Amino acid sequence: MDEKGLDISRRHREPITDTQLLLTITICIFVCMYVAAILIWGGGFKKPQMLFDILNDNAYLVIISCGLTIVMITGSIDISVAGVTALVAMTGVMILNGSMPFFSVLQASLGLADSSRIVFAALMALLIGLLFGLVQGYLIAYLEIQPFIITLAGMFFARGMITILSVDPQKAPQALLDILQKRIEINWLGSPNKNGVIIPARMEVGVVIAILIVILVFCMLRKMRIGRSFYAVGGNRQSALMLGLNVRKTRFMAHLFCGILSGIAGFVFMMHTGAGNATNATAGEMNAIASSIIGGTLLTGGVGNVIGTFFGVLTLSTIKAIVTTSGLRDPWWQSITTGAMLCLFILLQSVILMRRHRNKH
Amino acid sequence: MSESDNILEMRGITKEFPGVKALDNVNFVVRRGSIHALVGENGAGKSTLMNVLSGLYPYGSYTGDIVYEGEVCKFFKIKDSEEKGIVIIHQELALVPYMTIGENMFLGNERGKKFAIDWDKTHAEATKYLKIVGLTDSSKTLIKDIGVGKQQMVEIAKALAKNARLLILDEPTSSLNEADSKALLDLLLEFKKQGLTSIIISHKINEVSYVADDITIIRDGKTIETLVKGVDDLSEERIIRGMVGREIEDRFPKRYGVSIGEPALEVEDWNVYHPIYAEKKVIDHVSFHVNKGEVVGFAGLMGAGRTELAMSIFGRSYGRDISGKIRIHGKEVTLHSPRQAIDAGLAYVTEDRKGSGLILTNPITINTTLANMKGVSNRGVIDRDKELSVAEKYRQKLNTKTPSVRQNVGKLSGGNQQKVLLSKWMYADPDILILDEPTRGIDVGAKYEIYCIINDLVAEGKSVIMISSEMPEVLGMCDRIYVLAEGRIVGEFGREEASQEKIMASILSVDLAEKEKEI
Repeated sequence: MDEKGLDISRRHREPITDTQLLLTITICIFVCMYVAAILIWGGGFKKPQMLFDILNDNAYLVIISCGLTIVMITGSIDISVAGVTALVAMTGVMILNGSMPFFSVLQASLGLADSSRIVFAALMALLIGLLFGLVQGYLIAYLEIQPFIITLAGMFFARGMITILSVDPQKAPQALLDILQKRIEINWLGSPNKNGVIIPARMEVGVVIAILIVILVFCMLRKMRIGRSFYAVGGNRQSALMLGLNVRKTRFMAHLFCGILSGIAGFVFMMHTGAGNATNATAGEMNAIASSIIGGTLLTGGVGNVIGTFFGVLTLSTIKAIVTTSGLRDPWWQSITTGAMLCLFILLQSVILMRRHRNKH
Repeated sequence: MSESDNILEMRGITKEFPGVKALDNVNFVVRRGSIHALVGENGAGKSTLMNVLSGLYPYGSYTGDIVYEGEVCKFFKIKDSEEKGIVIIHQELALVPYMTIGENMFLGNERGKKFAIDWDKTHAEATKYLKIVGLTDSSKTLIKDIGVGKQQMVEIAKALAKNARLLILDEPTSSLNEADSKALLDLLLEFKKQGLTSIIISHKINEVSYVADDITIIRDGKTIETLVKGVDDLSEERIIRGMVGREIEDRFPKRYGVSIGEPALEVEDWNVYHPIYAEKKVIDHVSFHVNKGEVVGFAGLMGAGRTELAMSIFGRSYGRDISGKIRIHGKEVTLHSPRQAIDAGLAYVTEDRKGSGLILTNPITINTTLANMKGVSNRGVIDRDKELSVAEKYRQKLNTKTPSVRQNVGKLSGGNQQKVLLSKWMYADPDILILDEPTRGIDVGAKYEIYCIINDLVAEGKSVIMISSEMPEVLGMCDRIYVLAEGRIVGEFGREEASQEKIMASILSVDLAEKEKEI
């Protein structure tokens, strides 16, 4: 009987926290929006492939948003993420099509097949991400320079490097692209085409990588000591210092993670597009910041979660998909409508939260 | 005389905060053209009374009447009282460091047209007011480039620029050195000759007896008495008696069977300089020790350097050019960071629980284990079940009132936040705990519980250093008391010999000595 009483009291004592509520709201509004899209526009949205397309196109955005969420939780910011993504994509493509002499020579001297270039590209992606993370992290955490300015410089540097590597757009060879763009086919989610043949739903490998990263970052933030440190440093740097956390190391680690994730995002981006271009992932950093905020991460630090960020990316990209499918052709109308819907979304979130707080008092 | 002799009468003011009656039927009368001092211990209600007067606590949030210049006033915001000429200068200076003196002086009170500030007029008027307070600096000097003493003068000039007729100064000399303090007090006397009325809140009794015409003593939110120059005895002894004249009730749990052992922490010849004003010595040749199983108190006024001493010992979290020796259990250690201090067995429970103690955006569970994450984790992975049970254990042990340990600490009351802060450090299992104002801002019941926790800690063989501005608490809880003033230890008392009068006297003797040196 005692045990039962305890059980009930514990259930009674667990009110839903603001973070959980915000996450629930985000997911609910997203689901409602998607259902509304199916009901109103039908067509493309009826097919599961629409959702997979959104995921395929935005896998890289999911990954950089995860990195940015970590950085934002510690109360910092990184606007170089999309620049690094684009730089990595360009480097990768150039390794694949053999226009990077160093790697071509290396491959020839080791007598490796062309497919080994994929491994080189992947390693290079990690290396570039790591370097950006190390340098920016060091400057921000140990020399205490404003993160905005450091990562702005990083962004300019990355974008500049792309043009130095190649002024013209580069394309990866088809043989290697076939390996990279192997899709996972899901038959039971397939839908019939015009001729009535069932086309299976297709998902790219990049989506699997992105989802794995979401899960890993989620576990890190929730279960690991370093995750706790991120929240503590972002929530109150002075307190974190006074209770013996290594504040500098924590901030450094956040930027390091973010850098590495940007590198991975670049590789995923390259897998998806198979092309290197100076305008790759334009405004990706803004989309990533927006996604994190939609998902409940605060720019001031200390609050945030990566599942919310994942749904943030989905929300943002679904809004874009809705605007495109609804027949708005002009790019300016597309941006204006996307902006308006984003505003509406955030407004809904805030109103619900505000009502909750009012009811409490 | 056509006007009443009293510029201000506050009648029957009562102000309650949740759980605390900060002011209880306070009556306060100020004569026109006088300097009226308001004295009392920390937390007696002086600042609250002035906040009621200035309209910071709007009309309706308190009961009682404010009669100013013969009429009953209802101030809803600070602007209302300022329009009537009541200007308050707070203890914390409210100046913007990267603006010039002139800009600061007329901030929110700009000279010129609606959409165009007249800078010539601004600086001309600023110069005029600066001259009145005796400053020769250009009004275009940045605030950050002048010393604290001059900044305080700028605050006064700013108040004058608002056409002040009743000037309220809350601890105006707390951050000033003796020469600057004297200049400020003389300025007040000068203003008095010109007919300006002022109210001064101060802990420095010698300064009060120097300038004040009338002295009102507040204790525990009640007016105790008003002493008038020429009628009553205004000696410092008399004022102190009024301030502390309270019997120590049976508010402190008894400690039984705690044996005091060998020294746990010894600090020798400790010196610390101010982190910004490098020439200012904050801690001056301080040596002390704490034994195992002992509660040692640090008494002193605000700004005596107690927090600075504690923080500088705790991994050099405060100050610069720190020198001196620390021995823990007889072994000399150097502590360069809070982490090293924690590993050496120290814990510093801060007075500023919101600013540097807790992570308000995190739940109780995380806050409880944050200083000792190793205890609930294995190779960097947190065991959330264990964390929950640890938090739950301390919630029960300390009787923290919360709907759930998953609640964010930002939503708890002050007393409960304090308990979470204590559980955090108790879970870190230190040998020596430094508690800085452990009962500030919490109600009597929670205070008693915290005293019990302190007793439990020393019973376990830990040592406790207790910094407190509440003298009865220090006397009631501590085995030994050090008195700190102006960064120096000016007295040490055993439990039996200590009394409020002795402690106050040893604090004041320093002030007096400084004063005499100067004269």
